[in-house]
Amino acid sequence: MNLYKYAAPAAFYPLAGKLIPWFAIPAAILFAVGLYIGFFIAPTDFQQGDAYRIMFIHVPAAWMGMFLYVLMAFYAGIGWAFNARLSSMMASSLAITGALFTLLSLVTGAFWGKPTWGTWWVWDARMTSTLILLFLYVGFISLQAATDDQRRADRAGAVLALVGVINVPIIYFSVQWWNTLHQGATIRILGKPSIAPPMLAAMLIMLAACWLYSIAIVLIRLRCIIFEREQSAAWITEGAA
Amino acid sequence: MKWSEFFTQGGYGFYVWGSYIAALVVLGGEVVLLMRRRKACKRVGRDRD
Repeated sequence: MNLYKYAAPAAFYPLAGKLIPWFAIPAAILFAVGLYIGFFIAPTDFQQGDAYRIMFIHVPAAWMGMFLYVLMAFYAGIGWAFNARLSSMMASSLAITGALFTLLSLVTGAFWGKPTWGTWWVWDARMTSTLILLFLYVGFISLQAATDDQRRADRAGAVLALVGVINVPIIYFSVQWWNTLHQGATIRILGKPSIAPPMLAAMLIMLAACWLYSIAIVLIRLRCIIFEREQSAAWITEGAA
Repeated sequence: MKWSEFFTQGGYGFYVWGSYIAALVVLGGEVVLLMRRRKACKRVGRDRD
């Protein structure tokens, strides 16, 4: 099988259609399992009471916002460097889901900050850099909407996305580099996580669910984008006739 | 666990449920809008799958 042929939008379109249920259905199951463990099995936190249960959506949303940004910049860069249309379309598709997860991390963060810190918002390094992440997404999406020359918008978006990547490590390490109100990482790559196993399980399952959800949604949107952008292409006009 | 405890979340109900309702609105909204966009495409290109 020649995998390269799927770089062509016409070949990728039906493949993506077949892949979607394999991500969407496990996503729904894992959301249900993660929420069940998070609300019915994980114990109440001795410091934060039940307010910590916001973590099960807040942390995965924040991670997805960062992961999807890096992925978006990667695809935008490939689309620019190799003049690969499908990669640029993938970047456009990722941008919306990434922006929504970032927005959700800010909103759930405010809901968590109010009872634990006494404020909805502070200009803390992590929160400010996350807000900048949201603005980078919004900038990328606006560029796409601002011009009729799609490939030009793709190139401009790629420059913005790649420059903005610098913000992602800033968000990640902000809690170490600056004295922030935001708490440090609960999960570390090296060393033991600082929470009880059911809490950790619920959060990781929710993270997996968010990943699968994102893949399914991004593929569905990618198919729409392929269709919308390639309307004049022969493979679409012939198929629709 | 009693259902009343589930709803009050130890006094943090507003914040906990506010967060999850926000998640439902954002992600649910994304799904609904995307399905609408897809429907518009499907109408034209039904027979290509």
